[in-house]
Amino acid sequence: MLHVTWLIIALPLIGFALQVAVGRRLGDPVAGWVATAFCSASFAVAVGVYLDLLTVQAPVRSYSQNLWTWVPVDRLQVHADLYVDPLSMTMVLFVTGISSLIHLYSIGYMRGDRDFSKFFLYLNLFVASMLILVLGANMAVTFVGWEGVGTCSYWLIAFWFTREAAASAGKKAFVYNRIGDAGFLLAILVTWQSVHSVEYQTVFARLGQIPPSTVTAICLLLLVGVMGKSAQLPLFPWLADAMEGPTPVSALIHAATMVTAGVYLLCRVSPLLHASHAASLTVAIVGALTAFVAATIACAQQDIKKVLAYSTISQLGYMFLAIGCGAYTAAIFLMVAHAFFKGLLFLGAGSVIHGLHDEQDLKRMGNLRAYMPITFITFAIGWLCLAAVPPLSGYWAKGDILDNTWAAHPALWVVGIITACLTAYYMSRLTGLAFFGNDRWREADEQPDLDPMHTRHAEGVIAEPHESPWIMTIPLWILAIGAALAGVLALSGSRFSLARWIDPVFGTTLFESHLSSSTTLILALIDAAVAIVFVIIGLRLWMTRAYRPALEKSFLLRSWYINEVYDALIGRPATRLAGFFANTLDPKVIDGAVLGVAGAVHGTGSLLRKTQTGYVRNYVLGITFGTVVILLFMLTRLWWG
Amino acid sequence: MTATFPYLAVLIAVPAVGAGVVALMPREKVVPWFHEALGVAVAVITLGVAAAEAVSFNSGVGGYQMVSTHTWASDLGIQWAVGIDGISLFLVLLTAVLFPLAMLGARVRRDSKGFIAWLLLLEAGCMGSFVSLDLILFFLFFELTLVPTYFLIGGWGFAQRGYAAIKFFVYTFAGSAFLLVGIVAIAFIHRGQTGVLTFDLQQLMHTHVSGTEGVLLFCAFTIAFAIKAPIFPFHTWLPNTHSDSPVAVAILMIGIMAKIGTYGIIRFDLNLFPQASRTMAPVLLTLAVIGIVYGAMVAGVQKNLKVLLAYSSLASMGFVVLGTFALNPQGLAGGVLQMANHGLISTALFLLVGWVYRRRATWQTSSLKGLQWSAPVLAGCFTVAMLASIGVPGLNGFVGEFLILLGTFVAHRWWAVAATAGVIAAAVYLLWAYQQVFHGEPTEEDVASTPDLRWPERLVVAPIIVLIVALGIFPKPVLDRITPSVNRVVVRVDTVTRTPLSAELRRAQAADEAATAAATTPATALARAEARNSSASSAVGASHRIPGGGR
Repeated sequence: MLHVTWLIIALPLIGFALQVAVGRRLGDPVAGWVATAFCSASFAVAVGVYLDLLTVQAPVRSYSQNLWTWVPVDRLQVHADLYVDPLSMTMVLFVTGISSLIHLYSIGYMRGDRDFSKFFLYLNLFVASMLILVLGANMAVTFVGWEGVGTCSYWLIAFWFTREAAASAGKKAFVYNRIGDAGFLLAILVTWQSVHSVEYQTVFARLGQIPPSTVTAICLLLLVGVMGKSAQLPLFPWLADAMEGPTPVSALIHAATMVTAGVYLLCRVSPLLHASHAASLTVAIVGALTAFVAATIACAQQDIKKVLAYSTISQLGYMFLAIGCGAYTAAIFLMVAHAFFKGLLFLGAGSVIHGLHDEQDLKRMGNLRAYMPITFITFAIGWLCLAAVPPLSGYWAKGDILDNTWAAHPALWVVGIITACLTAYYMSRLTGLAFFGNDRWREADEQPDLDPMHTRHAEGVIAEPHESPWIMTIPLWILAIGAALAGVLALSGSRFSLARWIDPVFGTTLFESHLSSSTTLILALIDAAVAIVFVIIGLRLWMTRAYRPALEKSFLLRSWYINEVYDALIGRPATRLAGFFANTLDPKVIDGAVLGVAGAVHGTGSLLRKTQTGYVRNYVLGITFGTVVILLFMLTRLWWG
Repeated sequence: MTATFPYLAVLIAVPAVGAGVVALMPREKVVPWFHEALGVAVAVITLGVAAAEAVSFNSGVGGYQMVSTHTWASDLGIQWAVGIDGISLFLVLLTAVLFPLAMLGARVRRDSKGFIAWLLLLEAGCMGSFVSLDLILFFLFFELTLVPTYFLIGGWGFAQRGYAAIKFFVYTFAGSAFLLVGIVAIAFIHRGQTGVLTFDLQQLMHTHVSGTEGVLLFCAFTIAFAIKAPIFPFHTWLPNTHSDSPVAVAILMIGIMAKIGTYGIIRFDLNLFPQASRTMAPVLLTLAVIGIVYGAMVAGVQKNLKVLLAYSSLASMGFVVLGTFALNPQGLAGGVLQMANHGLISTALFLLVGWVYRRRATWQTSSLKGLQWSAPVLAGCFTVAMLASIGVPGLNGFVGEFLILLGTFVAHRWWAVAATAGVIAAAVYLLWAYQQVFHGEPTEEDVASTPDLRWPERLVVAPIIVLIVALGIFPKPVLDRITPSVNRVVVRVDTVTRTPLSAELRRAQAADEAATAAATTPATALARAEARNSSASSAVGASHRIPGGGR
């Protein structure tokens, strides 16, 4: 089935085209089912391709498919080619799989929305873009998907466009991504200039021809792209605002797809990173700092989705820490595990919001475990996974990364382990506030609005919460099982061993292998102890009381004032400058000079005016007449000349 | 139709004659839309001719095709010389596509007869500009485009139309004066060297100009083109003209006439003054980058949608100029492709903004809100065109922008880096404008007064949207025809400036020569003509020569 690889992308694209054409007529819920069918079909084809790929016997299992020549000019020949290898296959499987679940869930979540079919149109295109990104055999095709997911996220975040906040958040996501994309684009240009190809495999083969400083430059430019797409320091503020989108979008963007694109890209170009120590170290530092900063912010957020958003940023930071340490497989492992448990958490949060009639403020929740048992049980699995409590998948994935970090950069390991404490704490705070304690939602409208961020609230008194319909809980169960069991991917030697499957792509020696078994054991025990202790601390603090101002510092709530800083340093000065250009420089200086010249000419010309009428209309008529005469003359010469 | 059908002359003649016919038709005793129907019919016939011409275009050849030369005023050395190559082919097609769409999509409420007649004359002028191979002939057509534009703005424009028309006319006309001086000067320099007075581009190309002469002449030509394009800082006629010109004229000025400027730079500046082009490239690159960033910033604070789009085109044309002065195949091909791309994109945007005006009678972003609520199809079309303008891959704008940036990066790294700032800025101002106009909560009155696109409107904008997507996914047929011609220009510039040719360019040059030779061998021509089952194949006359064919 390898030769139908293109179908993996084509199916959601057909779904998209169908929705564009007749989506509105299909309506609610048929349009949703159609979209889900196309996405699931894509998953089915992906499984077929995967089984075929397993039969390929080669050191690195791979398959390329040439579709058409996209941009051919002279020496530049960019082809629309696809490339399947264990790395891209892993991505394809979990992108299509999890997206299918999210499609299914959305049928329930979006019921009754005015633009029901449009939502699924975007969703299908989003999946297709993500698959283009992953399957592209060269940087240019990857870039198509790269910007495609950015564009779709713009639409999806701004989906409820009548709300200014949503519209602004969509724009913000696009612009921050664009800043990153510019870096990616420049990386493509540098690569082409160095080796006259943008094809990954060709570039790797010609790696020797590229000077080391250029390799570092390419990697750092790609890192800029990654900062945008995967919301790393300093380009992360868009991701929290992206919570304005419908919750399935948050799940789709923050769990399965878009934000993991950065991780994938850096793994894809691992030979380049491997060749540049400086770039790898930068990636590791950016990852570690982002993990820490985002975790601190997550500790103070009041909106259930924002806690999860910052936790995503933080987890992505861990993945980049792993990549920077050369542990690509560990990064992919956490990415897959994270896709399960973060998807689960977002859909669980969506179920909570749905059940509480659009209430998102943690302070107005409480004791929901009594009213939404399925949501609670599945959410709890996600919580413990993210907190890295053994033996759930999060524990193995994070442990793998921290071990590698210990071996490569012990200082960054310290940052990593502190972040692990924070992670266990803020997730327990969230769970404690939402599912334990009193029924605070009962007197929700009487409580003061202490939240400076103005979290979205339900209107008026909240009716009794209810469990969500089966169409929303089934994906929760599937994801919960996946999240709990994804740890088997780490069992070396098992049939499911991620390492055995994916390591040949990277072909690097991992630092971890240098660690003695006693060190590994001690590190594993530390990880487990930290997770369990901070889960207990977080839960004990927040089960009983909903307000602890000492622990919710305002600078954390406002994400270290990063938005304010950007606004003061870039936003406002640029607006002022643009205003100066538009209102002073353009009309007064530049046009003033033009009018000045015209005036001078006019002054001289007025001496001769006696012979002229001074009306442009007359000149124009003269020119018309003259031109016509000349043309007629020419025609006559043509015929009789 | 034979291989020697005089496509180019017909392309000019059909709209020109059509203009006359429309003008002579009675105003009374006909249905109100009679003149418009007639005009659209003429424009569609022109489109048909252009399409046939594109089909018979030989894609492997870089030089001029369908050349026809007639001596006109031999004592003055002026001749009717027209021809087409990969650079002008798509501009001719663009012209043929956009005119009928502009007539259909941006109708005027009064005196459609005069409006249509002037539009058709304008089409003839644009066609002529793109196919002229004689400098005087080009100049005539170049000027000919001014006159209809002036009357169209003055007659059918909005509040300040009188000032807008005069400012546009005088400004552009001042540029033309430089151009005319330049043309005469190069012709006389040529006569001084060879004793022959001619305005034939292909002969004047062999004129030897000294460094200073070259730079001066280059400037004379470029100022005229820079005003037309426009290139910073010659753009200040834009806001006045565009705030008050009728939508159809805005479409054609930015969609096509602006391209005459950048086309003129490629066709005349690079061919006639290769050395000066290389010397002056940093200046033009700098102006282009300033235009890209400055245009984006000024567009970002505009309140009038039409003016915003005008400044946005300043930025877009900056990219075209940037690619051109990269002076390598990728940059130049990107520039040429981007001219066609931007023509399509800007037309879609202006049409849609025009339809917003038709519903709400305002161009002001502050008076518009939440349009997406009641007009989702309009919003969707606008979004596609906007994203193409931003350069989102998968749509046509990206392909051109990518080639331009790649070409520029190879040749002049830091200008390309600066231009990528413009890529970001484009997203900022267009999305901000979109948010103001289409997002937000509309009032009930807004909803009632803003119905979605009607079917005729959808049918007008649909072809453009289809082209925007198709050219983004599969630009190969276009690039395959552009590349040999831009390679030729690059080879010429490199040869004159003694820059070593790259291996690819040498190969391309050899392939081009072989293809040209094959195309001009009479036996081949005959065989091809027979293959098309044409009885008139023997009419391979001296009047329609294929280039290189022993002039």
